Amino acid sequence: MKALDRFSAPLKPLWGVLALLTIWWLAWKAGVADPVLLPSPQETMASLWQGMADGTLWGDFVSTVKRTTISFVLAAIVAIPTGIFLGSSERLYRSLEFIIDFFRSTPASALFPLFLILFGVGEMAKILVAAFGAALVILFNVAYGVMNARQTRLLAAKVMGANKLQTLRDVMFWESLPQTFVGLRNGVSLALVIVIVAEMFIGSTDGLGHRLVEAQMLFRMPEMYASIFAAGALGYALNWGSLLVEKQVVHWGGK
Amino acid sequence: MAELRVFAIPAETAPPAPVPAPADAANEAPSLEERLRWFPLNTHITVRGLRKSFGGTVIYDGFDLDIPRGKITSVFGPNGCGKSTLINMISGLIPYDGGEILFDGKTLAETRIGYVFQNYREALFPWMRAIDNIHYPLKLMGVPKAERTRRVEKLIESFDVPIDFNAYPYQLSGGQMQTICIMRALVVEPEVLFLDEPFSALDYEMTLLMRDRLQRIYQERGTTMLMVSHNLEDAVWLSDHVLLLTRKPTRVADFVAFDAARPRSADTLSEPDFVRVQKHCLEVFQREASLR
Repeated sequence: MKALDRFSAPLKPLWGVLALLTIWWLAWKAGVADPVLLPSPQETMASLWQGMADGTLWGDFVSTVKRTTISFVLAAIVAIPTGIFLGSSERLYRSLEFIIDFFRSTPASALFPLFLILFGVGEMAKILVAAFGAALVILFNVAYGVMNARQTRLLAAKVMGANKLQTLRDVMFWESLPQTFVGLRNGVSLALVIVIVAEMFIGSTDGLGHRLVEAQMLFRMPEMYASIFAAGALGYALNWGSLLVEKQVVHWGGK
Repeated sequence: MAELRVFAIPAETAPPAPVPAPADAANEAPSLEERLRWFPLNTHITVRGLRKSFGGTVIYDGFDLDIPRGKITSVFGPNGCGKSTLINMISGLIPYDGGEILFDGKTLAETRIGYVFQNYREALFPWMRAIDNIHYPLKLMGVPKAERTRRVEKLIESFDVPIDFNAYPYQLSGGQMQTICIMRALVVEPEVLFLDEPFSALDYEMTLLMRDRLQRIYQERGTTMLMVSHNLEDAVWLSDHVLLLTRKPTRVADFVAFDAARPRSADTLSEPDFVRVQKHCLEVFQREASLR
């Protein structure tokens, strides 16, 4: 029995998927909703497969990945050093805390019009608005990570003769890493959300967001569902990937 | 400083004792410069007129102390009397409000020190391997890599402990981690080694082992050590002097010498001299702890 458990354990999540597909199929079979609005699972999967194979869905997928990656990397490059700098002086951070919290709490979609005016309808506006949203989340987490650095570790560095810069580089940066990764994980998810919404509404010709809206307007339901699944898979993969990197980098986390 | 006179008293007849603190005649107290002239021979660290308050509560006010060179001095006293505060001020971890602390007449910045924390888990850097933790203070001093490696290897050889130095700290046991902490503190060959309750996070078996190890290090190097302890047995067993403190505002209650031969062993604990010194320390402690 135990051997069977071990064998089947990795397959456990599949049971849920199977259950969902079954319910979906039953609902479709029973005609619960208009078949135009709710296509069958087979149809949807076929559309997903075909979209990936002929490159139309794959092309949009890649565009979204590119935009998300660029905005995320941009956000990280700006937010990590800024976060460490702000976090290293609690007084400085406290004086800026309200502004950071305010913009962090502002829905990034509310900033679309502003970014459209500032940067036009091109790539720039989409990437920057996503980067802006992600940067604030990362910044906030990094700063908190630095501020909550263990006192003993800072004292240890001090007593060994580390100056302020060395303490920042050798202790505070590392101490903040676990919290930084929380920020990075949230940041990449948020960047994806903003990019997809931006692709929907800021004059796009490609990307998953664009494909979704187009499929919806043309009533190509299997294609729309396929795009939703593609976006979901992307979000899941990004989160899973950052967890994997986090485990490698922050190997001491929780120990 | 050039005409600084030392009143030489033969060391055997007069063990280093703290200068009596001025009681309440603050205005009659001699000037700092005058008081600095008075310290026993073989003094390493001189504390004069130390003042420290925390949010209105006076902990130290005009505190004087002489810590002998090449000896182990333990600090013992009632809860909240500022044992750790004292060694943290001397080692520069926390600022003090007034007074002067000198090492052989030098300032802290001109002195190499090592510090062993109570919480070894939080004192080590978990993102570095044990060996890199030991390297780190040398790196801060700007010692080139080859020389660093040479010194660390020599230190590891002298310690002769079965530790995987390539492991990360969290992969080691408590005693191993504290050993790495001690090695990290010793690798710079400090003039003074500070230890803040180094055994209190260890179990009894490990405490005995670490106590022994520390004694061996002391016998090999003769480094001046200043240790805070909350365990009188550890304090007396390991030390040459036990500094007993009063409740705050903190003063020196007694400075008790214990000169049993080294290496001391488990048998030392039952020797009459040990029992006598421990009993005396306990009496002073109880008197001070029950005051007020």
